[in-house]
Amino acid sequence: MPVRARPLSPHLDVYRWQISNTLSILHRVTGVALSLGIVALVYWLMALAGGEDSYDAAMGVFTGGFGLTVLVGWAFAFFYHLLNGVRHLFWDAGYGFERSQRHASGWIAVLGALVLTIGVCVWVWLGAHP
Amino acid sequence: MSLRSPLGRVLGMGSAKDGTGHWWAQRVSAVALVPLTLWFLYSLLVLPALDYGTVKAWLALPISSFLAALSVAVLTHHSYLGTTVVVEDYVHAAGLKVATLLLLRFLYVIFGGAGIFAILRVAFGP
Repeated sequence: MPVRARPLSPHLDVYRWQISNTLSILHRVTGVALSLGIVALVYWLMALAGGEDSYDAAMGVFTGGFGLTVLVGWAFAFFYHLLNGVRHLFWDAGYGFERSQRHASGWIAVLGALVLTIGVCVWVWLGAHP
Repeated sequence: MSLRSPLGRVLGMGSAKDGTGHWWAQRVSAVALVPLTLWFLYSLLVLPALDYGTVKAWLALPISSFLAALSVAVLTHHSYLGTTVVVEDYVHAAGLKVATLLLLRFLYVIFGGAGIFAILRVAFGP
């Protein structure tokens, strides 16, 4: 009996990279990154509850070069996950499935996250350097 | 002809036995986190400084500690639901999968509990 070459789906070798799947993967990646951020958040809260010394030590970690870099990354992850999450909620409600709408909302999530991240960085920097 | 039993059909729980429970909880916690996380971030950004005294005074306010405790609870729940799916998607060996999910659940309860405990200590402590 001849074996018919059945279509394989999704065929990852020929899968064209596009904004939809990139943003979907980014949503999951930022979600995992933010989950790790819970560790930092709880560390910060515990340090605050522990008193001035432990709080200052924690703030030393967060305001160091490594700490600031990670915080900026978490800020972007937070804003992207938030905006793309709202995008998902609109889909769940049945809106925004047209190709043009999907692409527009995707770009709004990415660019909006970038703008908000830069905005927060500038805000914090201006607060620290009046 | 459907092979589903009348009881299975009326319960609508599918083969995973929890129906849309996980999916729905993920959405409900997502909706709750929009105002909670934005409130938390905004509150920190508008504080005059992030030194010990200022931050502690802010978090010790009843409305702050209440909302912060809610935020930690909903955040850990939402994160638990999400990372559970990630583990289920990528960890295939049965034993390792159950062990990872169990460890993850314990870690979330520990970190969520520690976060809320810290907030309560700031609110009611010395």
